[in-house]
Amino acid sequence: MTDETRSHDPGSHPDLPPPASTVGVVGWVRQNLFATPLDVALTVLALYLVYLLVPPVIQWAFIDADWVGDTRDACSREGACWVYIRVWFKQLMYGRYPDEELWRINTAYVLLVAAAIPLFIPGFRWKQWIGLFLLVGYPIIAFFLFVGDAFGLELVETPLWGGLFLTLVIALVGIVASLPIGIVLALGRRSEMPVVRSICVAFIELWRGVPLITVLFMSSVMFPLFMPEGVNFDKLLRALVGVMLFSAAYMAEVVRGGLQAIPKGQYEAAEALGLSFWKMMGLIVLPQALKLVIPGIVNTFIGLFKDTTLVLIIGLFDFLGMVQLAGTNPDWLGFAVEGYVFVAAGFWVFCFSMSRYSQHLEKKLHTGH
Amino acid sequence: MAVETKIAVAPAKPPVWNDPRYRALFFQVLVLGGVVLLGAYLVSNTMANLERQGIASGFGFLETTAGFSISQTLVEYSEESSYGRAFLVGLLNTMLVSIIGIFFATILGFIIGVARLSRNWLISNLAAVYIEILRNIPLLLQIFFWYFAVLRNVPSPKNSHSLFDSFFLNIRGLYSPAPVFEAGFWLILVALVAGIVGVVVLARWARVRQERTGERFPVFFTSLGILIGLPLLAAIVTGFPLSWNYPELKGFNFVGGMVVIPELVALALALSTYTASFIAEIVRAGITAVSHGQTEAAYSLGLRAGPTLRLVVIPQALRVIIPPLTSQYLNLMKNSSLAAAIAYPDIVLVFAGTVLMQTGQAVEIISITMAVYLTLSLLISAFMNWYNKKMALVER
Repeated sequence: MTDETRSHDPGSHPDLPPPASTVGVVGWVRQNLFATPLDVALTVLALYLVYLLVPPVIQWAFIDADWVGDTRDACSREGACWVYIRVWFKQLMYGRYPDEELWRINTAYVLLVAAAIPLFIPGFRWKQWIGLFLLVGYPIIAFFLFVGDAFGLELVETPLWGGLFLTLVIALVGIVASLPIGIVLALGRRSEMPVVRSICVAFIELWRGVPLITVLFMSSVMFPLFMPEGVNFDKLLRALVGVMLFSAAYMAEVVRGGLQAIPKGQYEAAEALGLSFWKMMGLIVLPQALKLVIPGIVNTFIGLFKDTTLVLIIGLFDFLGMVQLAGTNPDWLGFAVEGYVFVAAGFWVFCFSMSRYSQHLEKKLHTGH
Repeated sequence: MAVETKIAVAPAKPPVWNDPRYRALFFQVLVLGGVVLLGAYLVSNTMANLERQGIASGFGFLETTAGFSISQTLVEYSEESSYGRAFLVGLLNTMLVSIIGIFFATILGFIIGVARLSRNWLISNLAAVYIEILRNIPLLLQIFFWYFAVLRNVPSPKNSHSLFDSFFLNIRGLYSPAPVFEAGFWLILVALVAGIVGVVVLARWARVRQERTGERFPVFFTSLGILIGLPLLAAIVTGFPLSWNYPELKGFNFVGGMVVIPELVALALALSTYTASFIAEIVRAGITAVSHGQTEAAYSLGLRAGPTLRLVVIPQALRVIIPPLTSQYLNLMKNSSLAAAIAYPDIVLVFAGTVLMQTGQAVEIISITMAVYLTLSLLISAFMNWYNKKMALVER
């Protein structure tokens, strides 16, 4: 007697495995790629698209690429010529910062990373102090390291700054300065004093309604007119002020979102305890509101980080500006694609990891229901 | 034991410096005073600086002859035109690229957003890869890529890429056939307008009838028939009064047809592909925000998949989608100012660039440019708010 023909008592039938076509690789492929005729067509189309795009890119970027050498002659021009990036690497990273002073930038980088690491360790005890150091102490140290002209360090003028270094300086200064301004503006916008509220609304809406590029134009051509005779601002400083005002307006809206999400009972409870306005905000409302909007702040930062590229239009050579400049060098004409791909990869790594981190935070901070 | 009873008296008036009303007044006067003082300080500095540099303030310069040419003009413009005319040209170019960008970004964004939700693993992951790559790379870099790396590397007019021998892509731009309207073309336009009016009336009638009797009328296909049929009929009657002027290679360049300058192609391409990645995420979030119970309820009422999507899911998803979509449109419009980096003649390049360089009227020009963007922003938000109100949940 074989298995198939054996009869079973009711309720004692052995569990049969699911059909082979619904489990394992075959089942997965059937369910996710070839479920309906339309799916089959789409899958084939998508596979064709992948075939069209991916192999040539890999061929160009890796297989046919030139990796070693120091001159243009090392490029066979069949694929990407990464020699170009290697030759210009220092400029792309630091701009025209003097060679013998590069250790100053690197020290600041190391210090920043070393100070920031404990912030990411859950349960580390002195987080507030490290945070305070990063917000107050670190910028001062970094300022003297980068600019010099004190403590026996040589002065390095800002026109020599450039590359990824300049991008990071603008983005970090923008974010660190815009957060407090943004908080004040957000509080002002929710204030019950009509004059304060209207001034804040006007300020926020003005900056949010215009493109960053006009703000940068304004800061480069109008700021000199605003200053009394003889006062001359550094070009970088002017750009920084523009970026700061611009991102403060966006930050204000993010913070306002958090303030609105705090239930009225919290405000009333704080007032019932007799707390003054600033104590109520500083001890009760802002800690909750800011925690809520951390993902929004990170997103604003990502936007700001990408927008720093605009400073090249007013003649600062940031990461992208440097690669544009390198592309106009007569010895290295025709390597635009390699340069753009490298810079794009650089920006992508920064922005993608930040957006992943913000998603992670969103999950972690979701202490609600 | 004597019980001391306190007689309730009216609470003592707080001193003036502790009265919230006076405090608020004081702070507001302080803030206002500060702002006014700062403004006065900046204005006086600016006046002094302008006087020293010998620049006359005012808007008189708008009447002066510009003396430079612009590579793309939607209205008549020559070197003899005034700065005011140049401003108009720049403004129209900004609006042109914004509208093109918004149009394509919306279509592409919706397609990719829906693809991201597809049950097909390959399709949804391709959409994810597109979104993650495009939105994490600065827009300016993408514009540079399309312009300098792609469109500057296309062949010369002699070896153009061609499509059906009527579209040509070369270093001078994208050439396409231009429509030539002959006598009698107005009749087709009239037919089209009549068709649109007819469709609106028909749709209204069908809705009233359905509400009264419950009978449905195939509005979509009838409308399609009317919209195509009427102009077609008019075209047959008038003998097809439309011909095409094809671009032709004469010597070193193309003659005839329409040409789209490469700057516009690069800018529109970068703006729409970049913004599409954000719109796709918005669309995805909007559709997932409609709970599955809604679909199940629709099915249990006997609706089929098509009407379920059209009548139940999409109207609810749109409510979630429209507000963030508005801000993406605003972003796209503002980002079109990056045109200046690749010399597309938009308002920033023409007005805040060339005109500012020639006249030195920094304050006036930057203020006008900012005011233009503010106005455009307000217009787009007003329109989208109106649309949002139309789509919003009507709570009874």
